Amino acid sequence: MEYTQTEILQTVRMTEMEHLDIRTVTLGLSLRDCARDSIAGTAERVREKIARTAGRLVSTVDEIGNEIGIRVANKRIAITPVSILTEGATGNPVDLGRAMWERCGMSRDEAGLKATIERVRQLRDEFWRDVKVPGSGESFNQNLEHAGRVADFLEFAELLATDALHRKESCGGHFREEYQTSDGEAQRDDANFCYVGAWEFQGVDKPAVLHKEPLNFEAIPLAQRSYK
Amino acid sequence: MAGTLSLTLKIWRQPNAQTRGRFETYQVDDASPDMSFLEMLDVLNERLILEGEVPIAFDHDCREGICGMCSLVINGTPHGPEKATTTCQLHMRKFNDGDSITVEPWRAAAFPVIRDLVVDRGSLDRIIEAGGYITAPTGSAPDANLILVPKEAADGSMDAAACIGCGACVAACPNGAAQLFTAAKVSHLGLLPQGQPERYQRVAAMVDTMEELFGSCTNHGECEAACPKEISIDFIALLNRDYIKAQFKNRKLSGQRV
Repeated sequence: MEYTQTEILQTVRMTEMEHLDIRTVTLGLSLRDCARDSIAGTAERVREKIARTAGRLVSTVDEIGNEIGIRVANKRIAITPVSILTEGATGNPVDLGRAMWERCGMSRDEAGLKATIERVRQLRDEFWRDVKVPGSGESFNQNLEHAGRVADFLEFAELLATDALHRKESCGGHFREEYQTSDGEAQRDDANFCYVGAWEFQGVDKPAVLHKEPLNFEAIPLAQRSYK
Repeated sequence: MAGTLSLTLKIWRQPNAQTRGRFETYQVDDASPDMSFLEMLDVLNERLILEGEVPIAFDHDCREGICGMCSLVINGTPHGPEKATTTCQLHMRKFNDGDSITVEPWRAAAFPVIRDLVVDRGSLDRIIEAGGYITAPTGSAPDANLILVPKEAADGSMDAAACIGCGACVAACPNGAAQLFTAAKVSHLGLLPQGQPERYQRVAAMVDTMEELFGSCTNHGECEAACPKEISIDFIALLNRDYIKAQFKNRKLSGQRV
């Protein structure tokens, strides 16, 4: 490839003055072969595989960055959803959580969100079955206030997961693994999801009703952000 | 357990303002020296809940010494023994194994007890409300540094603005006076050029409301010693000066109004 002198100077300028960098290098990693009968076993395999294949990710990417003279801001790995890994396994999921915490970040997928909604409903049932609030409702009661907040969170948690599940795209902090470009970037779907979702509460255990507040871009056309 | 504190707590329990309160004794045997005073009470409350008792009510919010919600008179001193520190930032390492600690709410006629250690500090809000707002239309935000502020004025105003409105000054005062609080609130505006419009109406209204609700100042200086933000008692002198000036200035203004 031929570079003109202007192009070289422009790149130097961008690096110096405008902090040009490469946003992210993502290493895709299938962990399907790590699934074992027990979660503890799976966790061990996951730990080993991530260390073996991605252990030198940061240093390697930094080396390449230094070689080409442009800093790489984020180094991350994308992995098989945990729900697939733990299907049918026995043991303490915290073991797996620890392994993930040591090596990984966070992202969402349909199966995981559906499982989360189920789990939140279970927790909510447990809460209402087991909750104990000392004191009375007749006078100042801080524990009643706390219990009310937890009850709110348990309803809100389900709504949050429901909203994330219905939004079949990746956008901003919402990264759905099913919706990503071939090079691991967030894949937006502006044809179907260019709106703010406002959910109307219909009562506990009843599905909330979605109201769409469309986002209209008049002066500037909507486009996918590019870091390239 | 090694490294933990064994404490006897004498805590004020009172169901509401109408019912007489009394001290209850609680034994805490596993307080970590790294806990804050409020975390130690959290742990005690967890235990009380499990034992089927009603936990101790106390005020708290940010737990980083800036919101002014926490209170507690600990061993007779508002916010406890450590200087310039709110209760939420007071750590159990300041106490010794085997200590007996007395915990009371703010004691002042203007602060009725709501429950246990929680008091109603709404009287301080009444003073702020009396100060009102500046009625002059100010337009949109001016450029920074458009209004020149002398360094001394900016520093003095900042010192006064450190007041978090916790009410420790009132709790420490033998008269239950709110002079240090009011002085800080009046001065942090009154010292700045931006605070000059309606400066004297403001001070007169705030002091009059303060005198209605609280006791009067007799220069004990307990407020300054108790203040977790070390607001200087000098601000009370500034408050008095402004209040006396206001008696003349406001008379002239009412004359002009007629």
